Amino acid sequence: MAGIKLDTLTKSYGDTQVLHHIDAEIEDGEFVVIVGPSGCGKSTLLRMVAGLESVTSGNVHIGDKRVNDLEPADRDIAMVFQNYALYPHMSVRDNMAYGLKIRKLSKAEIDRRVNEAAEILEIGQYLDRKPRQLSGGQRQRVAMGRAIVRDPQVFLFDEPLSNLDAKLRVQMRLEIRKLQKRLGVTSIFVTHDQVEAMTLGDRLMVLNGGYVEQFGTPIELYERPASIFVAGFIGSPSMNFLSGAANAGQVTLSNGTTIATGSTASGEVLLGVRPEHLKPEENGPFKMTIEMLEHLGGVTLLHGVLDGTDTQIVASLNGITDHQVGDQVSFAAKQSHLHLFDAKSEKRIEE
Amino acid sequence: MVENRPFLAILSHLILILGVAMVALPVWITFVGASHEAERMLQTPIPMWPGDQFFVNLKQTFWGSGLTGTSIAPVWMMMFNSLLMALMIAFGKIAISLLSAFAIVYFKFPFRMGFFWMIFITLMLPVEVRILPTFEVVADLGMLNSYWGLTIPLIASATATFMFRQVFLTIPDEMLESARIDGAGPMRFFWDILIPLSRTNIAALFVILFIYGWNQYLWPLLITTDADMSTIVVSIKQMLEAAEQSPEWNIIMMIALLAMVPPIFVVIAMQKLFVQGLTETDK
Repeated sequence: MAGIKLDTLTKSYGDTQVLHHIDAEIEDGEFVVIVGPSGCGKSTLLRMVAGLESVTSGNVHIGDKRVNDLEPADRDIAMVFQNYALYPHMSVRDNMAYGLKIRKLSKAEIDRRVNEAAEILEIGQYLDRKPRQLSGGQRQRVAMGRAIVRDPQVFLFDEPLSNLDAKLRVQMRLEIRKLQKRLGVTSIFVTHDQVEAMTLGDRLMVLNGGYVEQFGTPIELYERPASIFVAGFIGSPSMNFLSGAANAGQVTLSNGTTIATGSTASGEVLLGVRPEHLKPEENGPFKMTIEMLEHLGGVTLLHGVLDGTDTQIVASLNGITDHQVGDQVSFAAKQSHLHLFDAKSEKRIEE
Repeated sequence: MVENRPFLAILSHLILILGVAMVALPVWITFVGASHEAERMLQTPIPMWPGDQFFVNLKQTFWGSGLTGTSIAPVWMMMFNSLLMALMIAFGKIAISLLSAFAIVYFKFPFRMGFFWMIFITLMLPVEVRILPTFEVVADLGMLNSYWGLTIPLIASATATFMFRQVFLTIPDEMLESARIDGAGPMRFFWDILIPLSRTNIAALFVILFIYGWNQYLWPLLITTDADMSTIVVSIKQMLEAAEQSPEWNIIMMIALLAMVPPIFVVIAMQKLFVQGLTETDK
């Protein structure tokens, strides 16, 4: 078992730099999710760890070994691809055994490992089928099995769930999580889905435009997002941002309302508050007229515009409420649920 | 087009039958000719129905005196020459084009596309166009009257290289990456992944190339002067010349019939793979 260390890692294609000085230490047995919008460089980062992309500068360490110049096969990793990349002409058994055959393991050892992995993943009865005879979820398991039999130090997942339907995705997500805990193998998982990221990861690395926006536990990211990007990316529906001016412990919104924040910051700010933290309260500072209602059963989403501004805000209330379109509602939020961001740098202003 | 009128059905069948008849008639005449005595073939009108001499002629063609009055090789040897030539051309073309397509698709080297287009341009230079220089080269290498001389100049194939390139391009990159993580080197990847994945395309190409090789006429005619090296397709022409003096049409027709058998056999045997290889696009 081994941890992974990324040391000022950069990647450029010609003059275009796609990853900027990535530093991270991933501990042994940890499950790290790299999350970000498409084109943020998350897959590239994973592929650099895998050895499928060259490193422009910086270092990748797996365990105590610097692996920059090692072939993927020599890095002691296993990777699960988005489209599974199973060899279509080989049976499930051969797919799983192929890497072991190349490593010249004994027949008995190969059989033992394949059967063990098949048992863990409950794909024992499919071992002699071809990949095309399997459903998406089963193929996904075979791809996982191929990773497990190698008994690697690191698992790398490149959006492995995005080809599955929604229900199966939730199920496989839980299984991957359980499996990783059981095997205790250090894992990196790339996804663009923030729910997947929040539920799977011990820690999340949020990437945006090749920069690490924040690297921390899901709760940290939710409670103390380091930037507007992270705040907007984590959580659903995403956070409301209201522009205003901060001065002496309070923020004056553009419609004149003042809200106490307890922050000593001053100047142009964005005030962030999550939809689920807005509670209806008479004379509350956030007044809006409802333009649209979404009843999701468990929660009701109220969409509207903050009075006196043209800022869209969303509030999420528990249960089914009897609000009507056109109603005027006032909300308040606890001071601890307010987030302040610098309007220019878009970074969090610490209290 | 989806109208279902009996008249249209009958008409389209009639047209199809007519087409089949036009293609099949010469083959039928060949078959009929091969089943009569030599004398019967010289009388008019020529027979339209098979006679009873088919096996007698067959036996005479293979084990008997064969065609009298000519110095051609025994039929089995001509067939063997043709078969060997067709197989060497088909396998050689497939092997070389697989390897060159592999190089062009999966390796980065300077002037990669340059090489690809150079190969592609040879489409404009079939053997008929470059026959004199090629003959000169083969003669200087001392390969006249040899199987190598018969096949090597025909082996390079731009069409097959291009086709395999297209096939390889449809194979997802993840397949290669997955193999790299599994520890497969380039040649291992080639053998274990690429070749099995191109199986149907190889089969389809084999059918086409085998027939191409079997039907070669001009090049073998030029390069083989030794009767023992002549191929069956070339020999038929020589037999026609011989027929001016002693027209043993029954034997000639029998040999023509025999010349048709291996290509037909190859097509029938590989029909399923052939169709798959030409139509399936999904890897």
